[in-house]
Amino acid sequence: MPDVRRRLVGWTVLLGSVALAAAVGAPLIGSTRINLARAFDTALPYADNVDAQIFFIARLPRVLAAALVGASLAAAGVVFQALLRNPLATPFTLGVSAGAALGAILAISLKLQLTLWGVSAVTGASLAGSLGAVAIVYALARARHRGFSTNVLLLAGVTLNSFFSALILFVQYIADPAETVQTLRWLMGDLGVAGYGPILAALPLTLAAFVAFAWLPRAMNLLSLGADAAASRGVNVVRTQQVAFFSASLVTGAAVSLGGPIGFIGIIVPHLVRLMVGADHRIVLPAAALLGAAFLIVCDVLARLVMAPVELPVGIITAIIGGPFFLWLLVRQR
Amino acid sequence: MHTRRNRCGIFAATACALAIVLATGRPAITVEAQQVPQRIVSLAPSVTEMLFVMGAGPRVVAVSSFDHFPAEVDLLPRVGALVDPDLEKILSLRPDLVITYGSQNDLAAKLAKANVPTFRYRHGSLGDVTTTLRELGRRLGMASTAESVAAGIEQDLDRIRTRVKSEARPKTLLVIAREPRSLRAINVSGGYGFLHDLLELAGGANVFGDVKRESILVSTETILVRAPDVILELHYTDAPSHTLVDQERAAWSLLSAVPAVKRGRVELLFGEELVLPGPRVVVTAAAFARALHPALMPR
Repeated sequence: MPDVRRRLVGWTVLLGSVALAAAVGAPLIGSTRINLARAFDTALPYADNVDAQIFFIARLPRVLAAALVGASLAAAGVVFQALLRNPLATPFTLGVSAGAALGAILAISLKLQLTLWGVSAVTGASLAGSLGAVAIVYALARARHRGFSTNVLLLAGVTLNSFFSALILFVQYIADPAETVQTLRWLMGDLGVAGYGPILAALPLTLAAFVAFAWLPRAMNLLSLGADAAASRGVNVVRTQQVAFFSASLVTGAAVSLGGPIGFIGIIVPHLVRLMVGADHRIVLPAAALLGAAFLIVCDVLARLVMAPVELPVGIITAIIGGPFFLWLLVRQR
Repeated sequence: MHTRRNRCGIFAATACALAIVLATGRPAITVEAQQVPQRIVSLAPSVTEMLFVMGAGPRVVAVSSFDHFPAEVDLLPRVGALVDPDLEKILSLRPDLVITYGSQNDLAAKLAKANVPTFRYRHGSLGDVTTTLRELGRRLGMASTAESVAAGIEQDLDRIRTRVKSEARPKTLLVIAREPRSLRAINVSGGYGFLHDLLELAGGANVFGDVKRESILVSTETILVRAPDVILELHYTDAPSHTLVDQERAAWSLLSAVPAVKRGRVELLFGEELVLPGPRVVVTAAAFARALHPALMPR
């Protein structure tokens, strides 16, 4: 017990510092040099202060969004891998991201114009799509018998993924080519949130999910021994699986609505963390969230710098880093 | 039995058959008339406009799904577009010229197999509009008409260029796409392509002119740094209500340090001709010039 607590504190402090350093350093880095003193100079009128606007509108929201999305996707990855008892599971396996993508792409192709509480039509439609996907997958998983079968869940999720992907291709095919270009762009991921509105919109769901995440680790440790073994040790297996499924899916939906489907975080970060801290979910889950935040913040900085002034979609950076890393991981485990 | 009589008979019959075939063959037509296309299918809206402006409208038998101008095309059958050309429908119309996009290699190969001539169209700079017009004219046997139309377009553009020549050139951000009501996914015109050329002609200086790409994704940071004096935003539909236009323009108020926003020089332009490198580039050029130099070019 105390040993776990000590290790948890140790790792949290370490990774927390890394994440904090990234969060503080990233707004200072960019394709242009800004004068920090001027940026924080309250004497200058805000409307004239280019440095302040670069810092507070162009950079800081991106860094916060990257931290939120990175932490969400990494933690969701850990939870899904535990839920489905499969190290290859990602937050996108069960079709949540495909549902979010379908919503966003419909909004872009239909050129929807409405805004709700500072949330654009694309973000709102994307969230609706993800919630729809979660509902369908859950209904399918429950349809077979009153319990909750992770096998059916996996099959339903993968099938829904394919179905939504087909619908996405269909919409792209029949839409105006100009809109199709925009949809392709959205699918590559984009953390360029100008302003704090989209972040605040994603915050409620994310916080709720993280509260649930706080409750899960001990149960997930026991679940990894098998459903029966866990049940015999007093874990309410179905309740745990339901909480895990909903919290991880909803946080994924919020993250994808905010920044698009940014891949590889949900699979690299959990594995990387397990390499460092072991398999105890009580440490892996918070550590993954912190490392995920730091990782995506760094990837976003690279996305801004690599081809400046042209901005590279951050999903490309995570894929370029993630792909080879994942191959190395697979080869290493032989 | 191969007797001598039989062999002669067979030889005579073959000779007669050959004579009949040769005699009923098609009579020689003049080479020119044979090559001038009379049934044209156009997959590129800008080329469709070129055909109509040259007077070859009556020869157009089908257009793409995205053709809207001139009004006559509404009566014509549609055969798909860049991504989804309907080969069967095209062939069923028995065309003798199909205008395809330069990137539609598959389609061009299939049409070549069916012995249907194609005109491969690629859009690039502003100069390519009149070059394509002239090439098309030659292909259609209307070289002189095409020449006068092209010369007319060039004169109109020159007139605009001269009118704004002596004015100061404002640093301009030419936005070609953006997520509605927000400053995400901002696509701007780089220093290449007909929109950039039109902007320079209309007396503006493209703030991203140093990036030699037709369309680039930029962040709010780079916009703040490059500090454009005017923001020209293109929308490819008809102008919506004033309230909606104002709401769309209000999205830029977030970046109040940008000179264009501070001075209220965010101009939204509407019209589907804005995205077409065809004969109506003159209209687009005039719209740009009016937006950049409002005092000089009254409505």
